[in-house]
Amino acid sequence: MIALSDYLILGGLLFAIAVAGIFLNRKNLILLLMCVELMLLAVNMNFVAFSHFLGDMTGQVFVFFILTVAAAEAAIGLAILVVLFRNRRTINVEDLDALKG
Amino acid sequence: MSFDAANLLPILPEIAILITASLVLILDLYLKDQDKGLNHSITLIGLVIAIGLTGAVGGGDAQVFFDGNLIRDPMSDLLKGAILIVSVLTFIYARPWLQDRGMLVGEFYVLGLLAVLGMLIMVSANGFLTLYLGLELQALALYALVAFDRDSSTGAEAAMKYFVLGALGSGLLLYGVSMIYGATGSIEFAPVAAAVAEQGISNKVLVFGIAFLVIGIGFKFGAVPFHMWVPDVYEGGPTPAVLILSSAPKIAAFALAVRMLVDGLHTLHPDWQGMLVILAVLSMGLGNLVAIAQSNIKRMLAYSTISHVGFIFLGLLAGSEQGFAAAMFYTIVYAVMSVGAFGILLILSRQGFDAERLEDLKGLNDRDAWYAAMMALIMFSMAGVPPTVGFMAKLLVLEAVVRIDMLWLALVAVFFSIIGAFYYLRVIKFIYFDKPADDAPALLTSSGVRFAMSLNGLALLALGLFPAALLSVCQAAF
Repeated sequence: MIALSDYLILGGLLFAIAVAGIFLNRKNLILLLMCVELMLLAVNMNFVAFSHFLGDMTGQVFVFFILTVAAAEAAIGLAILVVLFRNRRTINVEDLDALKG
Repeated sequence: MSFDAANLLPILPEIAILITASLVLILDLYLKDQDKGLNHSITLIGLVIAIGLTGAVGGGDAQVFFDGNLIRDPMSDLLKGAILIVSVLTFIYARPWLQDRGMLVGEFYVLGLLAVLGMLIMVSANGFLTLYLGLELQALALYALVAFDRDSSTGAEAAMKYFVLGALGSGLLLYGVSMIYGATGSIEFAPVAAAVAEQGISNKVLVFGIAFLVIGIGFKFGAVPFHMWVPDVYEGGPTPAVLILSSAPKIAAFALAVRMLVDGLHTLHPDWQGMLVILAVLSMGLGNLVAIAQSNIKRMLAYSTISHVGFIFLGLLAGSEQGFAAAMFYTIVYAVMSVGAFGILLILSRQGFDAERLEDLKGLNDRDAWYAAMMALIMFSMAGVPPTVGFMAKLLVLEAVVRIDMLWLALVAVFFSIIGAFYYLRVIKFIYFDKPADDAPALLTSSGVRFAMSLNGLALLALGLFPAALLSVCQAAF
């Protein structure tokens, strides 16, 4: 029997990998988008685990909404990526330095 | 489960905005280029209808509907009204700029309206799910708006940064929500609040979740240390998009914070108070200090936003009804000031040139004395000089902080707002005491813009002289 805490640790690990990926990645914007997706999936893992162990369906409904929003978010992210590539001819994170943030 | 049509009544403003957005989306396909102004008219009519409907269905005690997913209470009425009125001003200011560059297309209005719809849903959310969906609807529309000028490479870069950090913020927020769901077994605010009152801080999962919620709120507000996106997006994005995202979304972010922290987790106030204190002090400090060093006025206003967010947090962290009312007053006033300041920048811009440097404001008084006076009012209000409303707003949040015996925090806030006064007054110096550049062309304006800007500027003065009306509505909301 897998305990609730195991699922939460897995979710937490996935989440940490995603956040680390966003901050450490200096090469490719596509990788950033993948990290954003992974972050939402880690949250989904939490929701499903809690939902199962609480015996409550709400969490699973929430997961479906998150999946839908994640799809929309990926679409917008890729669209912005295309605009960026057309203007800059690069998707290297280090080249995003026209604004000094 | 049967559906009760009475559920639809309280969300009539949202429905009106949705219908307007769909109408503009379809109609835009059939409009010739010279008729695109119709999009603008329809958008404004839709917004005015939504304001009327907000007033018509508003008033009275809180009602919960859609199986507890949505709520209509005095707070949602007031914030919806504020969001819609600010949005009307936004669209009026944006029009000459868009027309001048041949960018008066339906997409701008559709995306803007969908962002407004998202904000309205956030304001009337009664559960984490509705709140999240509203937040994402607003955020996705705003990401696209920042990338709206397709040939601008800074716009695309700003949009990318905004997207990645916005998505990160939503992700952190959601992680917190999942923890709170796990600890309480519900995603509606009332059951969550009941479960929290029962468990208190003995449940570590709950406290863990709150930390993530506060970080998420920090990202959405743009509070230090989660402010990285704000200056870049303000500087890189097209000015009309910045105009939209600097004003009404702050009101929605305030609703986000109040719904989650107050409606859901008020019992844990001592836990989130400490986190908000840190965010508030850092935001006021860094915002005001870095703003002094800016020569780009959009970037300066971005840091000024960050410092104002610090003041809004002061009211929230007080945790008293008076504090929430003060923060709400501050947020609404801030949105009105911000929309006016960016409106002036739009008026100063023209085809092939954006007013971005502080020098571009030089001698505005000689070019158009009325707009110069309005900009001066806005700047005085942002600096918190009486009799403008900015002073009242600052006074109220400081009073709230003093009442909970955090005098040191109030002193820190006053100290930084004195520093902040420097860069606002510098703008006024440029407007009144410098000569305009010789090649300065005519201002880009119309009678509608002039009327709206006069209303905007004078409202800041009128609210400062007679704050009781707005303040009593804010106090009635809590």
